[in-house]
Amino acid sequence: MTNSIPMPGKHIVIAKDALQTLFSTLQAANYTLVGPTVREEAIVYEEIGQMDDLPVGWTDEQGPGTYRLEEAGDGRYFNYVVGPHSWKKFLYPPKLTLFSAQQNGDGVEFTANKESPQYAFIGVRGCELAAIAIQDRIFLEGQVTDPHYKKRRERAFILAVNCTQPGETCFCVSMQTGPKVKNGFDLSLTELDESFLLEIGSELGGEMLADCDWRPAGSYELNQSRQLMLDAEMRMGRSLDTADLPEILLDNLDHPRWDEVAERCLSCMNCTLVCPTCFCSDVQDVSDLTGGKTERVRVWDSCFNPDFSHVHGGNLRPNIRARYRQWLTHKLASWEAQFGTLGCVGCGRCITWCPVGIDLTEEAAAIRGGQS
Amino acid sequence: MSPGHKPRLAVFKFASCDGCQLSLLDCEDELLAIAGAVEIAYFAEASRRMLEGPYDVTLVEGSVTTDEEIEKIKEARRESRFLVSIGACAISGGIQALRNWTDVNEYIHTVYATPKYIDTLAKSHPISDYVPVDFELRGCPISKSQLLELVTSLLIGRKPRVPEYSVCMECKWRGTVCVMVAQGIPCLGPATQAGCNALCPAYNRGCYGCFGPVETPNPLSLGEHFVELGQSRAEVSRAFRSFNGYLPAFREASEQFEDS
Amino acid sequence: MTVLMQQTTTALNGQADAMVPETAVITRIQYEAPDIATYTLSFTDDHIREQYQFLPGQFNMLYLPGIGEVAISISSDPGQPGTLLHTIREAGNVTGALAKLKKGATIGVRGPYGSAWPVESAEGKDLIIVGGGIGLAPLRPAIYHVIRHREKYGKVTILSGAREPGDLLYPDEYDAWREHGIEVIVTVDRADKNWRGNVGVVPMMFYKMRPDGRKTVIFTCGPEIMMRFVVYEALARRIPKERIFVSLERNMKCAVGFCGHCQYGPFFLCKEGPVLSYDRVEPFFSVEEF
Repeated sequence: MTNSIPMPGKHIVIAKDALQTLFSTLQAANYTLVGPTVREEAIVYEEIGQMDDLPVGWTDEQGPGTYRLEEAGDGRYFNYVVGPHSWKKFLYPPKLTLFSAQQNGDGVEFTANKESPQYAFIGVRGCELAAIAIQDRIFLEGQVTDPHYKKRRERAFILAVNCTQPGETCFCVSMQTGPKVKNGFDLSLTELDESFLLEIGSELGGEMLADCDWRPAGSYELNQSRQLMLDAEMRMGRSLDTADLPEILLDNLDHPRWDEVAERCLSCMNCTLVCPTCFCSDVQDVSDLTGGKTERVRVWDSCFNPDFSHVHGGNLRPNIRARYRQWLTHKLASWEAQFGTLGCVGCGRCITWCPVGIDLTEEAAAIRGGQS
Repeated sequence: MSPGHKPRLAVFKFASCDGCQLSLLDCEDELLAIAGAVEIAYFAEASRRMLEGPYDVTLVEGSVTTDEEIEKIKEARRESRFLVSIGACAISGGIQALRNWTDVNEYIHTVYATPKYIDTLAKSHPISDYVPVDFELRGCPISKSQLLELVTSLLIGRKPRVPEYSVCMECKWRGTVCVMVAQGIPCLGPATQAGCNALCPAYNRGCYGCFGPVETPNPLSLGEHFVELGQSRAEVSRAFRSFNGYLPAFREASEQFEDS
Repeated sequence: MTVLMQQTTTALNGQADAMVPETAVITRIQYEAPDIATYTLSFTDDHIREQYQFLPGQFNMLYLPGIGEVAISISSDPGQPGTLLHTIREAGNVTGALAKLKKGATIGVRGPYGSAWPVESAEGKDLIIVGGGIGLAPLRPAIYHVIRHREKYGKVTILSGAREPGDLLYPDEYDAWREHGIEVIVTVDRADKNWRGNVGVVPMMFYKMRPDGRKTVIFTCGPEIMMRFVVYEALARRIPKERIFVSLERNMKCAVGFCGHCQYGPFFLCKEGPVLSYDRVEPFFSVEEF
């Protein structure tokens, strides 16, 4: 084992408990660690302190409308499927003060929120990296950039994880976002039986390993990792045929399937809120009683919120059918015209966390199958 | 509100548990600011001072259950410029509206030793059955923050903003894991208007529907899912028939599951 | 005539945080019709006041702390960006609160946002400008532009309609517009006893015109149902889809394409819109509840 700085592109091996050294180095560099941990019968993303906070020995069983945390007892750290949270919770927080307004006499003064946390994301899957890249297009790559997203994004350290545990509602292979992470990480990790295989994605990633004992990966580890990825690819719970999908959906805006899904859909917004790419927001004023000081707060919104489509004189999407159609045609069709990619990464959250288990792969297939 | 004159506030109580009025008293820190901004002209629970109308803003708690109360609410309406129903009782008839599905005389004979002393309407009625209502503040009890929003907005001179979305939004803002998906606990959250900051799911329970149905609910689909989770149809019916059980969307769902 | 003007040159967009408004003072309030008034705004900051520019058809976000923010199109002359006018109808929380403000009040302003009427690519063409009710407000900057460069346009016709005579927007200016060789046709849905002019909904007035489909451009803004029939009348006169421009309204919250509220199929109406050519919106124009 050596103790120096590995270069980008290099594959190295560390003992499992050496991950703690990396965590400590990140903390010493002022990163707030956020990563998977067990809470409320699920694996969620939260601030963590050390390696023990990871869901060691835990896994989960998922299906449409159902998620169950299970003890695997295998001592593995990353042997679970993505859960109810996504990284957008940190990059694009559910509630964020944009600025405050202070009334003084006849005038008013606006003060921007300059808060700028520095996160290290632990355990980002391929589908999730793809989701972050999609939100980058929205918040960073248009004419206007969102300063809050930008600061968080630029400062974030990403430890990605190659997914060896796809779930029943996963279809990243269809969306070409996983199970192996491709790029956009500082370090990527594959959990092997005895050790972690790490790929160095950036200089910063290498530097953070300065205190770790590591050795170059051998063909044993590389082959094992390759095999794990092949196995994962074969175990996708679902698939989505994306060929000509935008045209098919937009040509079928009056398809009877919209009525059928509206019978089941609760318009509860869960799909959009767990989706790692959904970005719709509202802005609310929170004032003190006298109205002298106001905070302007951005909150996650959803196209399933009845208030979302209000204009003077009525609601443009007055029923669940119109709202579901908006969600699906946006995610799988008009998103492409807007941002050059579909809005779906195949993580399956919207299927698992829909209380009544509506499956967008099934809905898209039904419209494809019965084109009018 | 016209400048230079403190708006006069009245709070009236009908058939209710007083919990919503307590929410007003519970404002503690903000209560002084409220008292500074408005003249509390009539609020029997808080002050012995009872001033005559007219009132600029009247908050009405409780449902209408007697002939006497019918007269009282009409009188309150005449004296009020802006009348707000607060809480499930005033808006839907409340938990006491359970009797609306039964024969009230049976209840009276079971509960009271001397039934002849009891004079009551056959049903528990929302305020809006008898007078026009300018605004409704949902909840059992109402939420403190929404009450403050109501008072603030009336002082600033805009329409009060209350959510139209479901409780799920508040769970997601908080990061609460869905209890229905992760634990199979029946939860009325997807059909219920937000306002409580998703209190029950944060404590590992399903939503009880305290804030009543959302604008476009789908209670039938949700109820069928409760059945899939193992509830009997009678249990589903009872779930909808609670604090806001007599509001149309929940009422119809409860009747549908009762009959099927 | 193929390129849509989508430029959003602006003094304010350059700032680090697009969501934070600048302050501006209401320097004049002019009452136009019941519930409608025009507000003159002046930026508090000298530099911004001097730098600020907009294109005809663009809008600003007006913010009242504690009340909220609303998208309002600019209704003044783009050649005089120092005098910034917004014509506003009292319709919701923010516009209702704006209506209560007096001269001298300070509000938040950010913008300008959105696409513009393609006044430059319409040069050399005949132009028909059709406004229904308050829909004439976002068209007025285009009218001022055309007047300023009158020689660059062929026949120019303005069609202004309202429900009732009292609801007509800017009636005092019609004669001044006519003096620049512009035909102004005015109509109301319902006449009162003093009304001597046309009676009938706006699209009906097309019978008064003989547009040359080969060289006519249409700009229209008003209720969607009105625009639908304007488009129908225009197509019937062989005016090509790509030369009919509509201005669409949605619930705009952020105005920079982040919030998702103003989506209309592939378009964010705050960025690609509000002004779009009919050929681009046609697939969605008749879909219910889209």
